[in-house]
Amino acid sequence: MSPELLLVQALNGLQFGILLFLVAAGLTLVFGVMDFINLAHGVQYMLGAYFGASLAAATGSFWLGLLLALPAALLAGLVLEFLVFRHLYDRDHLAQVLATFGVILFLNEGVKLVWGAAPLQMPIPALLEGGVALMPGLQYPIYRLGIIGAGLATALLLWFLVDRTRAGMLVRAGATNPEMVSALGVDIRRLFTLVFGFGAMLAGFAGVMAAPILSVEPGMGDTPLILAFVVIVIGGIGPIRGAFVAALLVGLIDTLGRAAMPDLMRLFLAPSPARQAGAAIASMLVYILMAAFLAFRPAGLFPVRTG
Amino acid sequence: MTTPRLDRRQLLATAAAFGLAAPHVARAQAQAVKIGLVAVLTGPQAALGTQLRDGFQQGLRHLDGKLGGRPAEVIVIDDELKPDVAVTKVRAALERDKVDFVVGVVFSNILQAVFRPVTETNTFLISTNAGASPFAGRGCNPFFFTTSYNNDQVHAAMGQVAQDEGYRRVFILVPNYQAGRDAAAGFKSRFKGEVVDEVYVPLTQLDFSADLAKIAAARPDALFTFMPGGLGVNLVRQYRQAGLANIPFLSTFTVDEATLPAQGEAALGFLHAAPWAPNMDNEQNRRFVRDFEAQYNYVPATYAAQSYDGAMLLDSAIRKVGGNLADKAALRRALEAADFRSVRGNFRFGPNHYPVQDFWLCRVARRPDGKFQTEAVRKVLENNADPHVGECRMRPA
Repeated sequence: MSPELLLVQALNGLQFGILLFLVAAGLTLVFGVMDFINLAHGVQYMLGAYFGASLAAATGSFWLGLLLALPAALLAGLVLEFLVFRHLYDRDHLAQVLATFGVILFLNEGVKLVWGAAPLQMPIPALLEGGVALMPGLQYPIYRLGIIGAGLATALLLWFLVDRTRAGMLVRAGATNPEMVSALGVDIRRLFTLVFGFGAMLAGFAGVMAAPILSVEPGMGDTPLILAFVVIVIGGIGPIRGAFVAALLVGLIDTLGRAAMPDLMRLFLAPSPARQAGAAIASMLVYILMAAFLAFRPAGLFPVRTG
Repeated sequence: MTTPRLDRRQLLATAAAFGLAAPHVARAQAQAVKIGLVAVLTGPQAALGTQLRDGFQQGLRHLDGKLGGRPAEVIVIDDELKPDVAVTKVRAALERDKVDFVVGVVFSNILQAVFRPVTETNTFLISTNAGASPFAGRGCNPFFFTTSYNNDQVHAAMGQVAQDEGYRRVFILVPNYQAGRDAAAGFKSRFKGEVVDEVYVPLTQLDFSADLAKIAAARPDALFTFMPGGLGVNLVRQYRQAGLANIPFLSTFTVDEATLPAQGEAALGFLHAAPWAPNMDNEQNRRFVRDFEAQYNYVPATYAAQSYDGAMLLDSAIRKVGGNLADKAALRRALEAADFRSVRGNFRFGPNHYPVQDFWLCRVARRPDGKFQTEAVRKVLENNADPHVGECRMRPA
């Protein structure tokens, strides 16, 4: 592999990781703070993409679409919280998993009723069109660099919100000891609603950002959801920092593994089986990593200190 | 006042009497031909099933709701792309609804699941899309017909295109499952140049950036790919965004009218192989495309066209036997005759009940009204029979 190709693949992995981080951040917040397993988080990512695509089509502008999709995703999250999730906080994890899985089925069919089964497209904004030539013959799309920039900015904003503001302090306190925070006169329910809405908006944001490069279709949130859970297991439940590092790790390992594994296998196997075995092993790598973490470091990279 | 109360035994007896009597009542009435129309209508691949269903319904509309002069009744079955669900629902259609024909089926794995349950009851199964290889060869069956193609033919047609164009180095990119490996094999059956690299991606792949970088580094003369549904939407757009569109994009089941609304401009000029395209210039096809679009407001794809042909095939066969569906041997001969005008122009069945037909190189184009469609460029294979037909020993019905 040439150095340029390696650089491009690393950049690809970084960008994939950033997109995963945007999905996983909301999930880990909700899971960490509220101890609530929300399988419907991937559906909120899908809703964000649908809102973005249809609002961009209606207004004729990517930026207006993005701007309007965020409050729409927030609203959708709050409605779901009010209708369904609110009633599940005190239930055990199994009930939460079942109910939120139901929400997935319901909304995957729901978007099909509203928008149809055929995939939608969302155009790339004129400002971020085109690419830069990082290696001969390949244009690295500027839009993907834009995703990396937007993801890093979001990470910074999240760090500031959680670590440097009063609301963030309450969120961290609520994560460690909700009863105590409640006893100190903080409306923990409202805090939860706030966190949940914010998480839904983050997922929606990830959906809108992904819409111009991926197809907007029913069920598009299922794969990112699974990977987001992998990220949480590796990063530890709760901390944004863990989700960030783990998401980049998963993105890089997945991409570089897919790029290098078939070549690596060719050292031991004939070309044809090497390609197929390499591809199969490459798609397992992140799960192997997750299994290793579960076995040797079950609390994740950055475990939350309690007590 | 008391109502007379039936005990349980009486109730059962009454129900049984009705159950036995019901078929006679039905037979005495309208003499409707019952069709079980199997399509995937939920889940990510529902767009394909919707095309298939609408194509068949459009055929019935052109036939005034009749098949061979008898009124037709369509029972739409959503297979959910789950083989077990498909078998349960198709069994119910056979046993409870007593359907006369089972038609449709988008995916090969569903076809393989319902194949035996349908044909073992001596009911005719007409696939209007799935064209699995086993049933073309040793597993051919007197009760099975397909109005589509055998998958291998489509991939082989693309291999022929690469060969005709004189490409020497081709990069192959397919999903890592049986159909993907078949696609690569089918392409290579006619392409004799060098395969620079073969990349197998997981079926759940979202982002192709790693593979696109590999393609750019390999600098092939052309890319051959098979990425159905959402996979194809992602690949086509990312291929264009990565500035690779100057490398010819040869594909099968990747750019068609079901995915073009989402691919849009990104797919312009990309190539695919098919036995039919919306712009085929014959009277039957012009009428089909015009009325289909007026009715459903989207451009039909091969799924719709082949199902439309399926309706026409049934109509011709039922007419030939004078509406008598009891004589299976006569009905089979009538189906084999394929005495209808296909939207593809000529149409005939080979001895294995798979069509012997032409395959076209098609290019994605924008129509004057702004919609996208594939357009036939040139004929690649003429009167092509699938490679398995020699293994078929068709037994009498």
